[in-house]
Amino acid sequence: MFEATFFYSLAALVLGFGVMVITARNTVHSVLFLVANFLCVALLFLGLGAEFLAIIQVLVYAGGIVVLYLFVVMLVSLKGVPEGQGSPRRRAQLGFLMSAAVLAEISAILVYSARHPGNVPAAPAALQGGNTETVGMLLYTNYLVPFEVASMLLLVAMIGAILLAKKEI
Amino acid sequence: MLETYVVPLLKIAVLLNAVLVSVTYMVLLERKVIAWVQVRLGPMRVGPYGTLQPIADAIKLLLKEDITPARADRWVFTLAPIVSMVPALIAFAVIPFDREARIFGYRVPLYIADVNIGLLYILSITSISVYGIILAGYASNSKFPLLAGLRASAQLISYEVAVTIMLVSMVATAGTLSMVGIVDAQYRSGLWYAFVQPVAFVTLFIGGLAETNRAPFDLPEAEQELTGGFHTEYSGMRFALFFLAEYANMIVVSAVATTLFMGGWLRPFPNVGALSVLDFVPGWIWFLGKTFVFLYVFIWIRATLPRYRYDQLMRLGWKVLIPLGIANLVVTAIVKVLL
Amino acid sequence: MVPITPSHYLVLSAALFMIGVIGVMIRRNIIVVFMSIELMLNAVNINLAAFSQQWQNAVGQVFAVFVIAVAAAEAAVGLAILLAFYRNKDTLNVDEMNSMKW
Repeated sequence: MFEATFFYSLAALVLGFGVMVITARNTVHSVLFLVANFLCVALLFLGLGAEFLAIIQVLVYAGGIVVLYLFVVMLVSLKGVPEGQGSPRRRAQLGFLMSAAVLAEISAILVYSARHPGNVPAAPAALQGGNTETVGMLLYTNYLVPFEVASMLLLVAMIGAILLAKKEI
Repeated sequence: MLETYVVPLLKIAVLLNAVLVSVTYMVLLERKVIAWVQVRLGPMRVGPYGTLQPIADAIKLLLKEDITPARADRWVFTLAPIVSMVPALIAFAVIPFDREARIFGYRVPLYIADVNIGLLYILSITSISVYGIILAGYASNSKFPLLAGLRASAQLISYEVAVTIMLVSMVATAGTLSMVGIVDAQYRSGLWYAFVQPVAFVTLFIGGLAETNRAPFDLPEAEQELTGGFHTEYSGMRFALFFLAEYANMIVVSAVATTLFMGGWLRPFPNVGALSVLDFVPGWIWFLGKTFVFLYVFIWIRATLPRYRYDQLMRLGWKVLIPLGIANLVVTAIVKVLL
Repeated sequence: MVPITPSHYLVLSAALFMIGVIGVMIRRNIIVVFMSIELMLNAVNINLAAFSQQWQNAVGQVFAVFVIAVAAAEAAVGLAILLAFYRNKDTLNVDEMNSMKW
């Protein structure tokens, strides 16, 4: 009972904030709704038992990436930017058509898989000590190479971002 | 029923009241200590030796006129002080004041929640409080606060990286992320972690100074530099909320430093049996005493040191503290593997 | 009440993904387009976490951490390119970002 109310209210908040992100007039309001969306998604992760992922979502996504967006919005709005409206109607119709098609596909997949449940692969035993230790052990033993590649990617992205955004080299 | 709902609510009520009263009295403490350092007396008129001064301040701020700048974003203008204050308050949820105490015959643990990712929780809450400053600078619809807000938040997120790396080496030493677990690890090892990891201790304190916009890193709110910084256009209770948020952040940083480095609620030399005569002092008194020492050092540093320039500040954060943190982490890892 | 199965989370993530797609299609401001891409990545993360809970295997969460890392890198580089572009062309409208040389 508690789980159902928790899930449905969070789902409503996530989708509501998502709609506000794409429909707000002011860009700063869009960014604020995005932060609220990310915080609600972090709560959803907590409900799923992924506590490390929830904290990383708040720390990195809501506390780092969206701050970067806010910085860029502020730096751009220093000169004042009006947003021109193209032809929103045709694009909106195309968008709704595409999304209805994909939603129908996904619902078909869900209904099909509910009727034909497949084999459950054997899950490896969870390590003692909880979620963070399990994720950490997996990251550093089985998935060490993707971990190192991801850190190289972040290093290259950092250097590239500094280089691209500098005023003069 | 009683234990899952009523006791935590009572604890939250008591803790919030205690925090809000102590941040108002921290204003008085700061003014008095800085005055004594400068060989003068500080507030003396209101109440005996000025002890009712915070109440006078609160009444003045509540009764001030509520000014909003023209063409400012009303929602964001009101939201910014709230976004500053709320993370400072909810970070107290994982701070352990004592393992347990007997109140009216019940054994009550003196912390609101012991999540097994307590330290990461505090870190993520600190990174949310950056938004208050950026939004305050933006919502004032004026050039000075906007630039000041951007500079202040750039400072905050730079020092966040240094603090995070230091906290990782602390987690490696203690072996757990939960705050109660870290104090237990200090009890088992018999030494406060300030002696095991002195570099991390000093660096975390410096990072905490920068995170809370305190001197000597208080350029964003220095009046001589940016006409008041990001809270230029704020007056009355909203301005008060910014300052209370800063003091509450100071208390959070002091409490975290106490838990991580000074043994939390443990008495000095917790494993030495000869000193167990000191055990009549309950653990939370030790905790509050140590936190008070840290707060005093915060105020002492403010009264003594001059302000950093902004580029010196950023250089310190990126070029000194982060390499030091990584070196500390590597040395900690090597020592943990070898021993 | 129906117990909350991972299928509920899948429908939620599909809806959030669709909101992101609509955002990319109908908004002209490029920063809002970037934010809709972040919405889509979040939807994928919800999916991964739901499956991770269903199979009781933490690999889904490991993958989600990698998705967050890649999203961070992409946001940084994308916004840097946007800033450089804005300095030269003084517009944020995607319809006007259509020339390869000027």
